[in-house]
Amino acid sequence: MKKYLWVFLTLICIGILTVLNFPVGSKALSITFHSFIEMLFIIPPVFILLGLLDVWVPRERMVKYMGNGSGLKGVLLSLFIGSAAAGPLYAAFPVSAVLMRKGTSFFNVMVFIGAWSTTKIPMILFEIESLGAAFAITRLLIDIPGIIIIAFLLSKICSKEEIKDIYEGAEKD
Amino acid sequence: MDSYLLYVITMVLLLLSFFKDREKTRIAIKKGWKAFENILPEFLVVILFVGAVLAVLDPQTISKLIGEDSGLTGVVSAALVGSVTLIPGFIAFPTAALLLRAGAGYMQIGAFISALMMVGVVTMPVEIKYFGKKMTILRNMMAFIFSFVVAFVIKKVMG
Repeated sequence: MKKYLWVFLTLICIGILTVLNFPVGSKALSITFHSFIEMLFIIPPVFILLGLLDVWVPRERMVKYMGNGSGLKGVLLSLFIGSAAAGPLYAAFPVSAVLMRKGTSFFNVMVFIGAWSTTKIPMILFEIESLGAAFAITRLLIDIPGIIIIAFLLSKICSKEEIKDIYEGAEKD
Repeated sequence: MDSYLLYVITMVLLLLSFFKDREKTRIAIKKGWKAFENILPEFLVVILFVGAVLAVLDPQTISKLIGEDSGLTGVVSAALVGSVTLIPGFIAFPTAALLLRAGAGYMQIGAFISALMMVGVVTMPVEIKYFGKKMTILRNMMAFIFSFVVAFVIKKVMG
């Protein structure tokens, strides 16, 4: 139950907010309810896929395709897996823990997170519809090098020990 | 729409897995459930936060912050608003289109969309659990700075 301490504290804060300012508070609760329903709808397949990935894909194969020294192939594969994903960014983090456990290089994990956050294929189609092809494609063309540069900088700035700690954390669950 | 596709793919793979090896499939589902249960408290905090933030920052408030002639301040506000909100794309893009029609500049919208997708202040509790504080803060800071690059390029291209 201790795990849910912050959930209760946040609920209490929103409760107080509702008492002080009913319209804002009730709106917060109704948006939360909608995101909760959305989460229940989108999240289950992501976690089932994560379990299947964990059980069926052998570590050696993952290392070969996405590990250190997987080169351009690894980067492209990380970009593709991230872009083909569905669901909010916070669902990408548990998936990346499995990728790390399977021996994906840190750089590729960061590319995967970048792609999940911003180059998701279904979202791009939607973006073209709403904001026009020029806007969406310009953003895509600048995002891909951006994702790779950010992933590169992150994997260079952090020391080997820090990255090792993150990988050990991913082993835990 | 894409979530239905996700369900179809998951079902096909799950059935395939089930026919090949029941025991392994059972373990896979158990592992998925454990991973979900493990992160559920953080997920709940995130969606509660999102509810509170979006209740305060409604489209009218956002359009005031990044409306026409808001200039560089508008770009910074746009990136900040994008960073603290978590709006699904199917709402974010039409909202952005409305904001554009209401007079927001391309530069502001570019910063808003980019920060919205890549920077996640409210999702930090989840990210920290997997990547630690330092990495989480660094990634979000870099993504924040990058959204200005996107804003600038979008402005150059869209005029």
